[in-house]
Amino acid sequence: MRTLKLLIRNAFRHKLRTGLTILGITIAILAFGMLRTMVNAWYAGVEASSANRLVIRNSISLVFPLPLAYKDKIRQVSGVNLVSWGNWFGGVYIEEKNFFPNFAVEPKTYVALYPEYVIPDLQKTSFLNDRKGAVAGKKIAEKFGWKVGDSVVLKGTIFPGNWEFTIRAIYKGRDRSVDETQLFFHWDYLNETMKKTTPRRADQVGFYMIGIMNPNLAGEVSTTIDATFKNSLAETLTETEKAFQMSFVSMTEAILIAIQLVSIVIIVIIMAVVANTMAMTARERIGEYAVFKTLGFGGWFIAGLIFGESLFISLTGTAIGIGLTFPVAEAFHDYLGTYFPIFFVERETVYMDIAAGVLVGLVAGLFPTWRAVKIRIADGLRRIG
Amino acid sequence: MTDPVTACDGQGPPVDLENQPVIVEVRNVNKAYLRGSHVIPVLQEINFDIREGEFLALMGPSGSGKSTLLNLIAGIDKVDSGTIVIGGVDITALDETELAHWRATHVGFIFQFYNLIPVLTAFENVELPLQLTGLTRTERREHVEMALHVVNLSHRMDHYPSQLSGGEQQRVAIARAVVTDPTILVADEPTGDLDRVSAQEIMSLMCRLSRESGKTIIMVTHDPKAAEAAQVIRHLDKGYLNNAHS
Repeated sequence: MRTLKLLIRNAFRHKLRTGLTILGITIAILAFGMLRTMVNAWYAGVEASSANRLVIRNSISLVFPLPLAYKDKIRQVSGVNLVSWGNWFGGVYIEEKNFFPNFAVEPKTYVALYPEYVIPDLQKTSFLNDRKGAVAGKKIAEKFGWKVGDSVVLKGTIFPGNWEFTIRAIYKGRDRSVDETQLFFHWDYLNETMKKTTPRRADQVGFYMIGIMNPNLAGEVSTTIDATFKNSLAETLTETEKAFQMSFVSMTEAILIAIQLVSIVIIVIIMAVVANTMAMTARERIGEYAVFKTLGFGGWFIAGLIFGESLFISLTGTAIGIGLTFPVAEAFHDYLGTYFPIFFVERETVYMDIAAGVLVGLVAGLFPTWRAVKIRIADGLRRIG
Repeated sequence: MTDPVTACDGQGPPVDLENQPVIVEVRNVNKAYLRGSHVIPVLQEINFDIREGEFLALMGPSGSGKSTLLNLIAGIDKVDSGTIVIGGVDITALDETELAHWRATHVGFIFQFYNLIPVLTAFENVELPLQLTGLTRTERREHVEMALHVVNLSHRMDHYPSQLSGGEQQRVAIARAVVTDPTILVADEPTGDLDRVSAQEIMSLMCRLSRESGKTIIMVTHDPKAAEAAQVIRHLDKGYLNNAHS
């Protein structure tokens, strides 16, 4: 107890120095936590993927469509229990800065494939019955003040024109890993319009989304589907939803690696700062450590004092940093929620913060402890006066 | 502290050393330091005894080796050769851990610059050596209060060193040195950083410890007036002990 009191009092002997060191650790942990959360946000789509869903796209590129006629053949493949399809619509709401993902989908099967989009039954029925109806995520609806029954106009970028929808339902995520910033509407509405305005683009889908009976069948089903359309005009590439999402993430892998490296560099820098503080502290107190040794206190006691102080400073900064990460992440999410729809601090990030804090405290205390324990008492006492 | 008789005045007669057993035996002690590639001998063939209850002053010019000899006797430095036996224990044969334990129970230290821990109160500083004993909290408190009473600082026990004068800090250091009731007290220039009045108070206190409590005290000083309070004065010069003592 006395030792704890001693090391805490020691930690605040130079209040400004300790305060600035704690501030530095706080900022480093905050930055580390935010960067880790950003990396996690990048992978959020991958994490939210279901093992029971496969995505079929044109094998050349996602920008090339597939014929609608494929749906019947896909349905016949053994192991497939649900087939849905859709197109990335890419509509703009008022102006481009209001970006959010929007899709034209086959509504009945799509809703069945995504049970994580929780829609009240009445609203679901209302949506399914209205060809111009749309479902918006809770966050995007809150952001733009949409309510069920409101009319929304999207300006088409891939499919030109002004597209009017009626919000028939607002979905909530089953858990917080579900993106609540999407909007989807009836694919038929898109297709029928295409038939009138650009017939060559009609009956073409951007992707098929299929449900399979058992995740273990994913490989077999994928191979069968791709073999079915081999040597056709639009060959397919079938992959798990996770692999599909991962292919987007891998396009920005270099950025992710850079972010991860920066997060590690931040920890290394703060480690050097705390080590410097502890080295200065131990150098100033080398005479006191000699006094402790003279009185009969052993090396373990001296080590406990230095490591304890180092850990106290480091973990105080870490605790404040972790405490701040949550509101800052919340604010960041509010500001950039459309780009990072899933942006929350995961438990693993907090564990990594704590591990980083402990590591910084231990490494920073290492050299000063070694020096203080090794110094001869007579040499240490000579430093006084 | 102009007159040692004054410092020890009224504190009973000095201990009769003739009838006291030898408590410290220093035999053929040699010590040298390395300065780069040069070996500098500091102590050469030192031999002497200290009797129980003796108040010994070690004197000599700067660099004569008196502090080194004190450190060797106190077990905070190692001899190159020779033996030092204290209370029947050959401390030169002890390893670092054993020596630390031995110091904690047998030696009380008084330093020139007091060496109190600045973040601890007078009470907590005095209590420090007791933390290495098996005493309970209540027992520790009793010992500390007693030690602070001996140095007449009971009323300042909650003060930090920075709130005390130099003389008071040294008295706290003396309380810390005696609180474990050690076999020997070692003092390295205990009045070296004090004004005359404070120095006199400290020497008076040490006299009292010697005469009333029968403490064995080994004090390094180069203040002849402080040394006059001691019963025995030994001189060191260039690493050699002048065996003639007063």
